[in-house]
Amino acid sequence: MKKEEVPQDGNKMLEGKFTQLFYATDNDGKYVPVTSVGWEPENVAMQQAWEEVNARVEKARQGVLAGEISPIGYYMEKNIMDLALLASYVSKFQWQVKRHMKPSVFKHLSERTLQRYAAAFKITVDELKHIKF
Amino acid sequence: MSEKQFSHVQTAHCESGVISNIFRHYGLHISEPMAFGIGAGIFFAHLPFIKVNGVPGTTYRIWPGAIFQRVCKRLGAKMQSQSFSTPEKAMLELDRVLEKGTPVGLLSSVYYLPYLPAAYRFHFNAHNILIFGKNGENYRVSDPVMEDIMEIDPKSLAEARFAKGFPAPKGKMYYALSVPEQVSLQKPIKEGIAQSCHYMLKLPLPMFGVSGIRYLAKRLKTYPEKVGERKAILYLGNIIRMQEEIGTGGAGFRFMYAAFLQEAANVLQKDELGVLSQDLTRVGDLWRNFAFNAGRVCKSRSVNNISYAELSEMLMQCAAEEELVFKRLSKVKI
Repeated sequence: MKKEEVPQDGNKMLEGKFTQLFYATDNDGKYVPVTSVGWEPENVAMQQAWEEVNARVEKARQGVLAGEISPIGYYMEKNIMDLALLASYVSKFQWQVKRHMKPSVFKHLSERTLQRYAAAFKITVDELKHIKF
Repeated sequence: MSEKQFSHVQTAHCESGVISNIFRHYGLHISEPMAFGIGAGIFFAHLPFIKVNGVPGTTYRIWPGAIFQRVCKRLGAKMQSQSFSTPEKAMLELDRVLEKGTPVGLLSSVYYLPYLPAAYRFHFNAHNILIFGKNGENYRVSDPVMEDIMEIDPKSLAEARFAKGFPAPKGKMYYALSVPEQVSLQKPIKEGIAQSCHYMLKLPLPMFGVSGIRYLAKRLKTYPEKVGERKAILYLGNIIRMQEEIGTGGAGFRFMYAAFLQEAANVLQKDELGVLSQDLTRVGDLWRNFAFNAGRVCKSRSVNNISYAELSEMLMQCAAEEELVFKRLSKVKI
């Protein structure tokens, strides 16, 4: 890639402020570091990854509203976690976390367990119990 | 050395960047591409059974930590590295070492680094940063991928150091005990190149090195019918991100390695390496072309089996060209 060919496609998600470094060749074929504000294919891929995250969050939100899953399921998606990651944050087994996602089980969780989840999501127990969208 | 002001230089990749920045602090000038080459950082692996957020993993580099270990060993730098059981102990030890004016490398999760743009903050746990001092409570950060020096509050830093998941950083920190002021690069370059050629050409498993590229090409071809339209596009998007997202220097580290070969050619007066650098640059351009077309498929969101077949063909070409480069590289007498 030549220096002049280093793309400068600003990424809306980065507000055009963030630059990353590329290695490209100058007129004499010598490699030089060049900064770039982004490249279209990467921007598309990044946006798509976030759309996927947002779709999962929205699905979980609908699930909570419909009374199908507990707020834990929503906050897990909101924090871009999966079952394995959340389980390790709250020091539980995955099957336990899965159970806690049932509204009927969630209702009876101890304060201590709720505290662990709240800490993992960086919210208060109150925000976890009385979820507001 | 404690009085010395730390100078931050932006680099493409965090691991080779941190090495370059630490060494420079002690008077040893090793460029980022040189560190990357000596550490044999270039690689390829496609691991469909290791899923990250449900998407098969692809990597263009060697596993985290390997570049660092190899560079230190090959250049004869002595580092102290430690992990911790609790954030309290980890932060105390960080403060203790910083007090002596020693810059400290840390493993961190980008999810908890508030100065990074939100769009980059996924749960990625193997990001290297350097802490080189304090400003009141806050820590002064030289993050290799940032243009400028940053600051981070102690709470966020502790969270970033003790993120869960794979690999868990466990508060890992490292700093230099002794860095040689002058080194001969001939042997380290030779060993680095030999190791890269081995990893790219000789690993006896189909997911690694040049075979790994072909392995991905074959699987990619059948994505639409195997996993459906939606997932196929997500899978494809992930390949682009691993190849081009921040930290690779472009074309999945291929340009950075080409820059290394060029520098090595000058240091060792070996024209053959310069020619190979140019050839690898062309392979990098092929990779960029692949990403460009893959991006268009992602954007149009249409299932078009022909386009997947074409993308697969492009990867096959990358594999063929890259194989040639590394085969020739393995024969250069250094």
